[in-house]
Amino acid sequence: MKGFLLSLQSEFYKSRKTLGFWGAILLPTLIMFFMSVGFYFNAHKLVNHKPEMLWGQFAGIPLAIMGSLLLPMFIIFVAYSVNVIEHKSDTWKTLFTLPIPKWSIYTAKYLFAVILILITLTLFFVLTIGFGTLLGNIQPKLKFSGFHIETQLFQVYAKLFFASQGIIALQFLMSLLWKDFLKPMGIGFVGTIAGVILTGPARWEYAYLFPYAQPLLSVMGVGNKKIRPTETPVFFTNEVLISMAIAAVVFIAGYFILQRRSIK
Amino acid sequence: MVIKTENLNFYFGNQPVIKSLALQVPEGSIFGFLGPNGAGKTTTIKLLLNLLKLQEGSISIFGHELLSNRLEILRQIGSLIEQPAIYTHLTGKENLINRARLLEVPVDRADDMLKLVGLNDAGLKKAGNYSLGMKQRLGIGLALLANPKLLILDEPTNGLDPNGIIEVRELLIKLAKEEGKTVFVSSHMLAEVERMATHVGIINRGELVFQGSIQDLESISQPMVQVETDNTADAANYLKRNGYEIGHVTDSFITLPFTSKDNTATINAALHNNGHRIYSIGKVQKDLEQLFLNITQKS
Repeated sequence: MKGFLLSLQSEFYKSRKTLGFWGAILLPTLIMFFMSVGFYFNAHKLVNHKPEMLWGQFAGIPLAIMGSLLLPMFIIFVAYSVNVIEHKSDTWKTLFTLPIPKWSIYTAKYLFAVILILITLTLFFVLTIGFGTLLGNIQPKLKFSGFHIETQLFQVYAKLFFASQGIIALQFLMSLLWKDFLKPMGIGFVGTIAGVILTGPARWEYAYLFPYAQPLLSVMGVGNKKIRPTETPVFFTNEVLISMAIAAVVFIAGYFILQRRSIK
Repeated sequence: MVIKTENLNFYFGNQPVIKSLALQVPEGSIFGFLGPNGAGKTTTIKLLLNLLKLQEGSISIFGHELLSNRLEILRQIGSLIEQPAIYTHLTGKENLINRARLLEVPVDRADDMLKLVGLNDAGLKKAGNYSLGMKQRLGIGLALLANPKLLILDEPTNGLDPNGIIEVRELLIKLAKEEGKTVFVSSHMLAEVERMATHVGIINRGELVFQGSIQDLESISQPMVQVETDNTADAANYLKRNGYEIGHVTDSFITLPFTSKDNTATINAALHNNGHRIYSIGKVQKDLEQLFLNITQKS
């Protein structure tokens, strides 16, 4: 356990100067900032929106972008960035000659990628509420104060997070095994596009089995039902459960692959 | 024995790269692991560190079997494999601090190591901007961080300038002599190993062709008589006609096997009487470089 904590701490220490780490913070901050600026200057068009609709629009835009394209692409990037540190510096061999169990090193690295995604989604949630409340204060004609979206929004982001686990696991394993960025990126990109097609135009009924479609499906479900204060959406929907199951299987398989592999 | 391998075999696909390797590295020694490029040195080192999976044979380190005591053994080893593995986006000092934390060593050791390997002025510079020599020094610093009992260094003087090579050599000799560490160092340069090793293993095409103390290596090298003369070709032909075995002929020297002092005098007299001018004649130990070539070529 100590080795695991030391490894996790080391992952933070190593990556604190990399774009992979800062991307997790900058991406939500910039998107939410520019969106708020847009809402501020277009306030006159939004004055007639009811508080519920206003929040729905304000929170819905980043969710729609994240769910469909940005989140899978960002996961591809993050999963690669935590592994590329070792590929680029040729440090796998030193990591695995440390007196720390292999599972600790592997799990810490994996969990670090998960934490980065968690940071991004948490920031999206916090900044949506924060900037929305701020907009309501500095531009009182925007009626943000008339409705509380926190609980529903938290559930949506939590669902998005759990529905992303399958992609995280797959992209992490590919990035761990392949030094060449083009492979995990290419597969991830094709997967993401296929996910959009399967859930959107194709409306394939088993799309929830496909990891790259799961985040989008998890958000779409919410969109179809519309956010209503009285309604409690089902949390563990098929796509969320399958995503977590895929993550568990790929994570364990990844460890066995790593165990058997020679370090070049 | 600090390192002992028995019947170690390793294959890349069907191709054998290590064949029945039986290494014996005594405690406190500087073991020079010599061999031409591609002989299997790095593969052996990766097997010793369990980076490559053991296929056939056994490895024991500090008297314990490697696989079942992996972490306990790794705790006492500092290693440098091929080119130094350092995080190029971190400074030299941050690289050391990161490793110190992983090894649960006080972080002040980072400064000590920078001083030890002569990088105290460059400690705050990004390691990516280091020269190859500086990276190599940092790699040695990283290997020494946890004060290990055994150092396994793969070509540690690669990329170093002559001063750097001397410093590393002196550091390794000091570590072995004063602190009783065992140093396993691979190299493809005999001259380098000759100057610091107490024991030598020579590997060629995956086979250990020699193993013993540096004195053993010198003793198997046959002494020679070296004659400096004006016309080496004629002199060599003359000696050959008179039944002498000629070893080696250059523009200024003839070398032939040494048999006895009297025999050397006879060669001298014979050449002199035949009108050859002898500038010098004497017994020499066969050059180790030559010996190394002979051993590796024969096998």
